[in-house]
Amino acid sequence: MSAIPLPPSRLLGGAVLIVVALAILPWVVEPYQTTLLSYGLVMAIAALGFNLLLGYTGLLSFGHSAYFGVGAYAVAMTVKYFKVTSLEAFVVVGIMAAAAISALFGFVCVRYTRIFFGILTMALSQVLWSLAFKFYNVTGGSDGLRVPTPSLLGTHIAPGEDKMTYLAHRYYYYVLGIFVVCTALMWVIVHSPFGKALQAIRDNETRAEFVGVQVRHYRWVAFLVSGTYTGLAGALWVPLNGLTTPDILHWTFSGEIVFFTVLGGFGTFTGPIVGAIVFNYLKTFAVGYTVYWQGFLGVVLVTLVLALPTGIMGMVGRLLQKRQKAPAA
Amino acid sequence: MDTLIVHVLGSLLYASVLFLIAGGLSLIYGVMRIVNLAHGNLYAFGAYVSAWAVGVMAARWPTGVLYALLPMGAVAAAGLGAILEPTLLRPFYRRAEEYQLLVTFGLLLILDDLMRFLWGPYPLSASQLYETFGSLSIGETIYPNYNLMVIAVGALAALGIWAFVYKTQFGVILRATSQNMRMASALGINVNRVYVQAFTLGCFMAGLGGAIIVPSQGAVLGMGVDALIMAFVVVVIGGLGSLEGALVGALLVGVVREIGITLFPEIELAVLYLMAAVVLLIRPAGLFGRP
Repeated sequence: MSAIPLPPSRLLGGAVLIVVALAILPWVVEPYQTTLLSYGLVMAIAALGFNLLLGYTGLLSFGHSAYFGVGAYAVAMTVKYFKVTSLEAFVVVGIMAAAAISALFGFVCVRYTRIFFGILTMALSQVLWSLAFKFYNVTGGSDGLRVPTPSLLGTHIAPGEDKMTYLAHRYYYYVLGIFVVCTALMWVIVHSPFGKALQAIRDNETRAEFVGVQVRHYRWVAFLVSGTYTGLAGALWVPLNGLTTPDILHWTFSGEIVFFTVLGGFGTFTGPIVGAIVFNYLKTFAVGYTVYWQGFLGVVLVTLVLALPTGIMGMVGRLLQKRQKAPAA
Repeated sequence: MDTLIVHVLGSLLYASVLFLIAGGLSLIYGVMRIVNLAHGNLYAFGAYVSAWAVGVMAARWPTGVLYALLPMGAVAAAGLGAILEPTLLRPFYRRAEEYQLLVTFGLLLILDDLMRFLWGPYPLSASQLYETFGSLSIGETIYPNYNLMVIAVGALAALGIWAFVYKTQFGVILRATSQNMRMASALGINVNRVYVQAFTLGCFMAGLGGAIIVPSQGAVLGMGVDALIMAFVVVVIGGLGSLEGALVGALLVGVVREIGITLFPEIELAVLYLMAAVVLLIRPAGLFGRP
């Protein structure tokens, strides 16, 4: 068994093409569009992590806002108390904080499955939300904490440089780079023996236990990886947004993470990525178009689960299969 | 002593409303095994309908008669529930829990904006009903009489729902369906009808909670989402699906919250959520739930 499973060459080729297209994009479209895509890519990292639990381990967390928020707040507090404004430091701090919290919460939560797991993750995330909301002196309460535009690899934003172009070019490439690394790493994880064990647990817990998989331990590690990914996304999100508020710790944000993962299709590897990016455009469009954007998204969600439960990528997969079968028939 | 009485009343007040919301949530889970994330919105819907009805008729009717309009919120919430269950939820009973949570989350988003659409972004108030009830003084504290009525309604509701579930034929059918849906169906019970009735009853309770609280707190956007989380804490402590559990959980949360607000206001909410987490860890089925 090779240590690192390599994707088939056709898939690798497709992935390279997409990355090249994403790299050319800032030269073709408006800075606004690139910034929007940065948000999408950041959310895609969160969704990738979330789906390790939902799609591969079969655990539905309704509390992933906790890890996203911990990543974001860890960054904001580093700025507030240590005056550090380098993105490398942000990433390290965000990953460490989210890993610590998800290790702790995960240890508690993986004792349960199904609805109890969901409610437990939700209750714990609400603990963090209420603390962020109430401890005004530390977290800024509902005003939140500001985060300045950080330096990237030691280079600061030039004195006269427009923040928008800075975010749309250099920051975008930074996010794209991390996104590519995260996606590749997640691919390796889900195709490794560890990933296979998680899928075995998802499909039949008793059998997995019987063949010697330490179910609870594996679930805990999956939880840890999942929370850390989401925390990294939070750390990358906060300089883009410039501000972190308790909203991103609230359970309704966890609902959003679930939403875009299901929108893309949680049964596939690429689904969460597509879902996060599409959802980001959908939400931006809806917010700009109507004050009832929330209701619009609700209608989309209900229609989705009624008519298209496998999500966008699930449907694409089915269509491709049909096309491949058609000539043979 | 006087302060103690005021604190006890404060706990009971909160527990009464919470029991109405959480009891409905628990009843619905107990019968059809579905966690309705939009349940808080039905509570908010009840509050909005009552406040709206009172607001419309305030100029025409004397204040005393306006009290008769309050139950409208509960009836409206029940009506909404009776429409939602067969149309939206029924297709999901056979599907994975994930989809049930998602569809009710979608419903939460829709109902939230429906209320924004119908009644606008500003709070609605029915405070004239609160004031005309007057107040009494306990020691040096002035306590509004209306709150006593809320507590009474909560107690009556608890008694009523107990009698309904344990002393009527419908209650027997309800409990049978809850324990074994297939067996109940095999014995000739129309399970679909029981589901609509149980869901409607659960929504009625939530709407009643909203209707009785609206004179003192008004109806605001977002009240549903907050209420849902507190109701979750209650049912997790008491046991999902258990009405006794919802009652005990509501009382417990009411007391802890009152103590929290007085002694450690900054971590009051965190303590409540942690309480739910700890109960889940020690007894995942809750204090009164069946495993």
